[in-house]
Amino acid sequence: MHRRYFLKSGAIALVTMGLSPSLLRRTAIGMQLPAGQKGKVLICLFQRGAADALNIVVPHGERTYYQLRPNIAIPQPLSGQGTKAALDLDGFFGLHPSLAPLMPLWDRGLLAPIHAVGSPSTTRSHFDAQDYMESGTPDMKGTTDGWLNRYLATSGTCEECKVTPFRAVAMTPQTPRILEGAAPAVAMNSLEEFAVRSAGDQTARLEALYRAGSADLIHGTGAEMFEAVKMLRSANPQQYQPDNGANYPGSQFGQRLKQIAQLIKSGVGLEVAFADVGGWDTHVNQGGVQGQLAQRLDDFALSIAALAGDLGDRMENVVILTMSEFGRMARQNGNGGTDHGHAGAMFVIGGAVHGKKVYGKWPGLAPEQLYEGRDLALTTDFRSVYAEIATRHMGAAKTDAMFPGFTATSRLGLLG
Amino acid sequence: MPGLGRLFFSAALLGGAACNGRSSPRIGLAPETLAAASLPREQTADQQVAHVLSRLTFGARPGDAARVRETGVDNWIDRQLHPERIDDSAASRYFAGFESYSSSGADMLRKYPPPNQLLNRFGARGDGSKLSPADSALVQQSTMGVRKITTEAQAGRVARALLTERQLQEVMTDFWLNHFTVYIQKNAEERYLLADYENRAIRPNALGKFRTLLEAVAKSPAMLTYLDNALSQADSNRPRLEAAPHRSGVGRFGFLPPQNKRTAGLNENYGRELLELHTLGVDGGYTQQDVINVARALTGWTVEPPQLGGGFHFAAARHDAGEKLVLGHTLKPGRGIEDGEDVLDIVSRHPSTARYISLKLARRFVNDTPPQELVDRAAETFRRTDGDMREVVRTIVTSPEFFARGAYKSKVKSPFEVVTSALRALGAQPDSTLRTAQLIATLGQPIYGHQSPNGWPEIGSEWMNTGAILNRINFGTMVGAGRVPGASSAAWRGADWLGSLPLEQQVDGVVAALLGGEASSDTRAILMSGENPFLKTAAALDAAVAPKGATTVDPDSTTMMIDPPRRPLAGAPSPRRNAAFGPLPRLQGLAELVGLAIGSPEFQRR
Repeated sequence: MHRRYFLKSGAIALVTMGLSPSLLRRTAIGMQLPAGQKGKVLICLFQRGAADALNIVVPHGERTYYQLRPNIAIPQPLSGQGTKAALDLDGFFGLHPSLAPLMPLWDRGLLAPIHAVGSPSTTRSHFDAQDYMESGTPDMKGTTDGWLNRYLATSGTCEECKVTPFRAVAMTPQTPRILEGAAPAVAMNSLEEFAVRSAGDQTARLEALYRAGSADLIHGTGAEMFEAVKMLRSANPQQYQPDNGANYPGSQFGQRLKQIAQLIKSGVGLEVAFADVGGWDTHVNQGGVQGQLAQRLDDFALSIAALAGDLGDRMENVVILTMSEFGRMARQNGNGGTDHGHAGAMFVIGGAVHGKKVYGKWPGLAPEQLYEGRDLALTTDFRSVYAEIATRHMGAAKTDAMFPGFTATSRLGLLG
Repeated sequence: MPGLGRLFFSAALLGGAACNGRSSPRIGLAPETLAAASLPREQTADQQVAHVLSRLTFGARPGDAARVRETGVDNWIDRQLHPERIDDSAASRYFAGFESYSSSGADMLRKYPPPNQLLNRFGARGDGSKLSPADSALVQQSTMGVRKITTEAQAGRVARALLTERQLQEVMTDFWLNHFTVYIQKNAEERYLLADYENRAIRPNALGKFRTLLEAVAKSPAMLTYLDNALSQADSNRPRLEAAPHRSGVGRFGFLPPQNKRTAGLNENYGRELLELHTLGVDGGYTQQDVINVARALTGWTVEPPQLGGGFHFAAARHDAGEKLVLGHTLKPGRGIEDGEDVLDIVSRHPSTARYISLKLARRFVNDTPPQELVDRAAETFRRTDGDMREVVRTIVTSPEFFARGAYKSKVKSPFEVVTSALRALGAQPDSTLRTAQLIATLGQPIYGHQSPNGWPEIGSEWMNTGAILNRINFGTMVGAGRVPGASSAAWRGADWLGSLPLEQQVDGVVAALLGGEASSDTRAILMSGENPFLKTAAALDAAVAPKGATTVDPDSTTMMIDPPRRPLAGAPSPRRNAAFGPLPRLQGLAELVGLAIGSPEFQRR
């Protein structure tokens, strides 16, 4: 963390000795230049609150599922009937009907759900589990940075890659844990809000306040901000029309995905993007094909479908990865909801993804198959998914610094 | 205790004079506290004044520093530790007109039912055109009522921070409202419950006994609703304290969702957070079985329907009457509300709780990584006084660690603290609308708006990112431009006089008022002059990346127009806010100095 501010203030000193602003920008943004294969983008979407994987990727071929969830289960796909049942994927799994907007991606082979995936930690605390999923180090609380930031910080050097303050962007009010760390990352509510509102040389005086003085967290972050504002302004993202008739929902999540597409297309060098969406902690009245969870999924699916549609051919270079801190109890609780569980589900979407297949070994829902007798058991460590995307999509040479102490036992084969 | 001898030695050697001669009598303190408290204070006398004002209040108002100096730092702290002795009639008068403060949540719910529930009741299904004029008037009245409740809940927090003389009590109220956080959009009812929660459960107990506070929270409709305990009941395979009555009281009246008899059962949500977040802490030494058994012990702790008063209610028919083992204590079968009360006894007296609460308080008052020795002493005070928060806070804020050089200006302000400290420094009057509260939301901290039960970050780095700095800088410019309700450099008392002085004295005045009297030489130089070596560099950078055909925002749209919170999808994140983002007018003179000072790195610290 502090190293980057040291570097930055060093760069400022260079400028005062008469070196060029462009050198300043290259040096200030970080000594570690992005590696990766040029133009590759990873978009991570976090469903905060523990999304109910069993009602999202529905094991409709499993009888026990219906016994465990008498009031909230998603009915088996009905041939020739309406949409109020699971949308069949492979005869055993189906998507929640609210995920219908994602079906074209499945049909085109761009969508790969992974089931029974998650953190090996036994915690059922949202905060711990989100922490582990973002730090990439289950059960190790001492980790100070996020795995996505470690990807940015350790993925080698590449002189010709464009160095940009928008290499890593979170469309969130605060920098998420997953992007905390040594490599610079920008957090913002929206593109249009990302502008200095002062007039005249007051802006320069404000910038000077942050350029001068000590190289602490506040000064460093402020100096980074002024860099980023200028770059975004020159990219002029105000006027934006989605391509291919993509229609983003008006929700905060939909609008944030739209802005991620804007950043990708504006050529500011986006490599890693992050957004999150809440409302998945469905302890009470979560509903079945309709209701609370269905509403969340409507927004989720419409937003992602719009993003994929808007990016069009660019999806060849993009992977969208969805995650949630854990799944929910296999059995419904006393309030028509579900309590905190264990393994969950992820979606991997992209042009290079080997889709139209549900990944992950299915552990089953019989009492002896459940984790601690109550939750979906874990068969895929989330780090296997992260590592495969980092190497096979983003082009990272290795992942041991990203996931210390972890070696994937087998490759899922999602990519490459 | 290792080092005790050394501490005594230092105390004896240095004597009272080393404590800046301001020590107040410390009767009844344990010897180790006395010894530690007698260590020298590294901060200068002026720094100590600025320090206590920045940590024990929401920021110094004009004249506060002189008042603390006159009273003496230690006497002033002692006074703040006894809010009941401080006259607060000005604040009381201001809040006398707040309808939701003088009525109960249930009264407000009866008077202004949630508009959506009314629409459903009238069978309108969202189509207002089919309503009779009388029904339509009722819906409108409720909508206004909800807006009023929301405004009083959110604007009231800001107003209290500006107005109350009982500043430390308010800082502690803010601390506990974050520790025991609840979320305004949990459901349609939650916002009606906030005034009771803040004014009756939290604030009166903010410097009282932890056990009393914990029970007030556990029995508050706001927490019972937020963490779902109001819905929890014995699993069907468990013995119940009473057979369920035919008309199973609570839950049938529309206040809580009707229970499905077949599926009704245990909800672990509150039980887990009680242990993880409210008392022992996540590493405090409990198991999943403890979580389940705490939740079982608390079955039946629920909320009356508003027609019956809307308060706490123990529903014996929902209570799991089986035996429970909680953190090594056996709760005998066949008991009722005592189960939950015993759990509160057990967890509030658990050593992990003393440590966890002390750590959080030391983080709040001292720095992000407080010395373990201080946390240990505070935890010892917690145990010795049976969780008397006045004494735990006293241990922390009179400690040498608190007055260490490294603690001075070491905390990053939260957005709430940024806004309230700016407003207090400028002597601003509270805003009776939601606009100031919405500004705080724009800065990243909507009031009662933290969705998950872990509350807002306590660590500075979590508030610092490029977007946050940008918003803070823009806030400073808004204040300078007079766009923040109640505050402007022009309305600042003495601004005319200050504005007529030479620039250097204007800068001194702004540094004294907004930056605690100290600014780095770089900051002072930039405030003093447009001629600064860094300015040319910045201008060159600016020219190098001049916008290509960037559009300008319509200046008329720069007024902060903020929508009241709209009803989102169930559980959806907080709604987007309709703020304007265009450039503000060019600031000049004192207004520019104020804008720069609030936007400066120094102002982001306390």
